[in-house]
Amino acid sequence: MHIDRRELLKLLGFGGVVLGSGLPGFSLAASKGKPPEDFMFLQLSDSHWGFSGPPNPEADKTLKETVQAVNASKLKPDFIVFTGDLTHTTDDDALRRKRMTEFKSIVADLKVPKIYYLPGEHDASLDKGQAYQENFGALHQSFVHKGVHFIALDNVSDPSGAVGDTQIDWLKSELGKLDKDAPIVILTHRPLFDLAPAWDWATADGAKVLSVLEPYRHLTVFYGHIHQENHRTTGNINHHSAKSLMFPLPAPMSVPKKAPVAWDPQHPARGLGYREIEVKDKGRALNLEEYDVRGGRV
Amino acid sequence: MKGVVLGLAVGISLQLVAHAVAAEASPPRVIKMTAKKFEYSPAEVHIKKGEHVVLELTSLDRKHGFKLPELGIRADVPAGGTARVDVTAEKPGRFPFACDIFCGDGHEDMTGTLVVDP
Repeated sequence: MHIDRRELLKLLGFGGVVLGSGLPGFSLAASKGKPPEDFMFLQLSDSHWGFSGPPNPEADKTLKETVQAVNASKLKPDFIVFTGDLTHTTDDDALRRKRMTEFKSIVADLKVPKIYYLPGEHDASLDKGQAYQENFGALHQSFVHKGVHFIALDNVSDPSGAVGDTQIDWLKSELGKLDKDAPIVILTHRPLFDLAPAWDWATADGAKVLSVLEPYRHLTVFYGHIHQENHRTTGNINHHSAKSLMFPLPAPMSVPKKAPVAWDPQHPARGLGYREIEVKDKGRALNLEEYDVRGGRV
Repeated sequence: MKGVVLGLAVGISLQLVAHAVAAEASPPRVIKMTAKKFEYSPAEVHIKKGEHVVLELTSLDRKHGFKLPELGIRADVPAGGTARVDVTAEKPGRFPFACDIFCGDGHEDMTGTLVVDP
């Protein structure tokens, strides 16, 4: 599969592009007789549709511009996954549903075969996921794409930010069907590890979830919530967060009080950037390259 | 002479134990706090190094959380109810705490700091 690098970088400016063959374990699956079929998907996150305020005076434009940019690209991802906080929270149930309807209407224009959604706490915590399920379906799910197993976990509909024992049992059941060398992608909103618990950047029972995941040797986690790229390894597992489509947040615990990075009118797309993930060592290693939104390497 | 020294030592030891018991028996200082969307009050709490205090948190609206990760402390603060949290800090410093039960648009701002003075 040939990918035009300029197109790739352009797309990466709005989220994370992941090459299927770049996932740990992918080539191993291929060597066991499965077709070595490359594919690509996009991770978009934290669009916070409905937000308004100084951190993004163009809040009603960013998501629409992203949709246009993805559609204008020559690249055609197999699917897109939104890793939560599709909408910005509100105490008003009717307004929450209105925002979800508007969000769906905007992303319906994406020219992509399939979109998967995950809830964020802004979508699902205040009503335990009721409006989310009405609009987007199940709070957690699994699917297989070209030999890669995807498991989307819900760590937000419980307002304490826990996955919960019932879902952990389901996760064990899903993983129990798989070989320990199977390529697996876990999708979540919150980080599963304690990135910055004092900033609520953690999952209440994340340690329990990670103990279930740890035996699987080729497992990668993609998440959102923290509005910036972050790359961390726990045991065998690599964790990669995505940028937001609304406003960036500061690096974990880098300032006394967590608050959105101030809007810069000279650089309205600040905080948008891209991450390239390439395959190395027959799919067993990830080569990550970070770029700013204008194409300069960071 | 040996017996006198032994008796003196036992006497001193008993005195120390009595002081320790008295110190332990004195109730810890109670610091009253409130929690509501989207703030704790006070948001900055001072205690002395080694002091045993009880934070008495009362929610004025809905259920909130209280998480102080660096001291391994967390509690639910029930809607309209009170949570009592025992705190003894052995090292001085500033330790952030936050609500860890999502409570709405502003939840991220519901934070505070425990300051342990030397």
